[in-house]
Amino acid sequence: MSSKNLKYLTGPFSVNNPVIVQILGICSALAVTVQLKPAIVMALSVTVVTGFANLVMSLLRNGVPSRIRIIVQLVVIAALVILVDQVLKAYVYEVSKQLSVYVGLIITNCIVMGRVEAFALGNKPWPAFLDGLGNGLGYGIILIVVAFFRELFGSGSLLGYPVVPESWYAANGGWYSNCGLMLFPPMALIIVGAIIWVHRSRNKDLQEK
Amino acid sequence: MDNLKPTFSEGGKLGFLASTFDAFETFLFVPNTTTVRGAHIRDCNDMKRTMIMVVLALMPAFLFGCFNTGSQVGLEGFQAFFYGLVRVLPMVCVSYIVGLAIEFYFAQVRGHEVNEGFLVTGLLIPMIFPVSTPLWMVGLSTAFAVVFGKEVFGGTGMNVFNPALLARAFAFFAYTPSMSGETVWYSNWTMMGAQVDGATGATALENLATTGSLGFSPLDAFLGFIPGSFGETSTLAILIGGAILLVTGIASWRTMISVFVGGLAMGYLFQLTGVTEYPAWWHLIVGGFAFGAVFMATDPVTSAQTDTGKYIVGLMTGALAVLIRVVNPAYPEGMMLSILFMNALAPLVDYYVVEANIARRNKRGVKLAK
Repeated sequence: MSSKNLKYLTGPFSVNNPVIVQILGICSALAVTVQLKPAIVMALSVTVVTGFANLVMSLLRNGVPSRIRIIVQLVVIAALVILVDQVLKAYVYEVSKQLSVYVGLIITNCIVMGRVEAFALGNKPWPAFLDGLGNGLGYGIILIVVAFFRELFGSGSLLGYPVVPESWYAANGGWYSNCGLMLFPPMALIIVGAIIWVHRSRNKDLQEK
Repeated sequence: MDNLKPTFSEGGKLGFLASTFDAFETFLFVPNTTTVRGAHIRDCNDMKRTMIMVVLALMPAFLFGCFNTGSQVGLEGFQAFFYGLVRVLPMVCVSYIVGLAIEFYFAQVRGHEVNEGFLVTGLLIPMIFPVSTPLWMVGLSTAFAVVFGKEVFGGTGMNVFNPALLARAFAFFAYTPSMSGETVWYSNWTMMGAQVDGATGATALENLATTGSLGFSPLDAFLGFIPGSFGETSTLAILIGGAILLVTGIASWRTMISVFVGGLAMGYLFQLTGVTEYPAWWHLIVGGFAFGAVFMATDPVTSAQTDTGKYIVGLMTGALAVLIRVVNPAYPEGMMLSILFMNALAPLVDYYVVEANIARRNKRGVKLAK
């Protein structure tokens, strides 16, 4: 892989991150991050969809008249999302039920269409595929970080396994109690804000004047 | 102190602590700098003095809170007062230490002066928490409020929301069982023969929401001998504090009066339409209504800046508080939510007041030109 291609893949992890730099895909970051497991599944699903949507659209880019490109993109993305949805239902039914409508709503995730419009339509298939994967993973990283904090402090567990010792809780004579606010969507927004804060203070050239 | 100064000023050994040093120096001594030119304001009512006056105004409610905390667990006289004092001091300490540590840290990093804004917030926080709140919750809520309510917006004077109320809102939503219910209003320390066991009971507010009666005599509720958050039970003590604020001109009487009027009007509306059966003025003496109206809604930073805006925001705060109390069974106390909500709306109200004023004066100009 050439270094230029590698940049397409790794750029979205940090300096070009879709969530914390381009502020896309916030809605699902609030909705599916109460627990770690759905967040991981969601991250993988979006990665698959962005990667293959970019690949397919890049292959089709010279055959699609630009006036109908949006509807073609929608057909491709919708088909991919339905595939992902069916796979999830077949293999991880419980998680799929937890994610409910949010799997279907990947279609409307701004990142997917944004990358297709901005990148896949003007680039060759291989870079487009890498760019899609990179953006999906960049989105996934943030999702997983947010879900990590929300599940740890909101439910005292990680991936469903209790992490906070039982004896800490007030019910068992301890002093600790879970932070109920973590289970509410606003807290996800605050965590995303905090991540942006840390990220901008480490990457000074991203700071707005 | 003067000998130490060079060490802390620019270029000195501990120069990076300059703002910390400055904060302590101006706190302890009168600054020896004088204005050389231009107009002088002889009586300079600076932020430090404003804050000290607010702390003074909080004292009646604070002292009464100490006494009431003790009397709610069956103690009397001086013993009750001492019990309450011992109970609340750790909360005050935690709130000040956590809050000031964060303030000093941010001032240091940004190279600002340390502001005195937290003097008041740090005292307000323990006063609006139930006495039995675990100290780590107080600390965490304070940290949350100071970082996300204040520092991210740029520190004292830049905050959108009242930090003390934000701390309470955080604790309320994060640790609901510790912030509401039947037992939390009573201290859970056995000391000096306090009868802690079995000390439970609904607050006057919960009684109002569930049964439609106070469960206490209105006089008790006015004087404050009822369970509730530490500093908010006694309407009388709060009004004394309010009088201090008004006489010294620190709080806006426009906001204060219109909050009470708004609450009363909304209460009467409910009474007239038959939604509630108790007299409307009961709303003003129970829960945090008076405390919120006097100390929270009048916060000069988060309230409206224009005079007309103050009336509007005040009226809506009072009305909204009563509305939430009566209509939403999940929140027997609406004062916190309504003040925070109006904090968010205050800049909008100000904007339209200013726009309306500009339009009015423009019109006058057009008429004159004709």
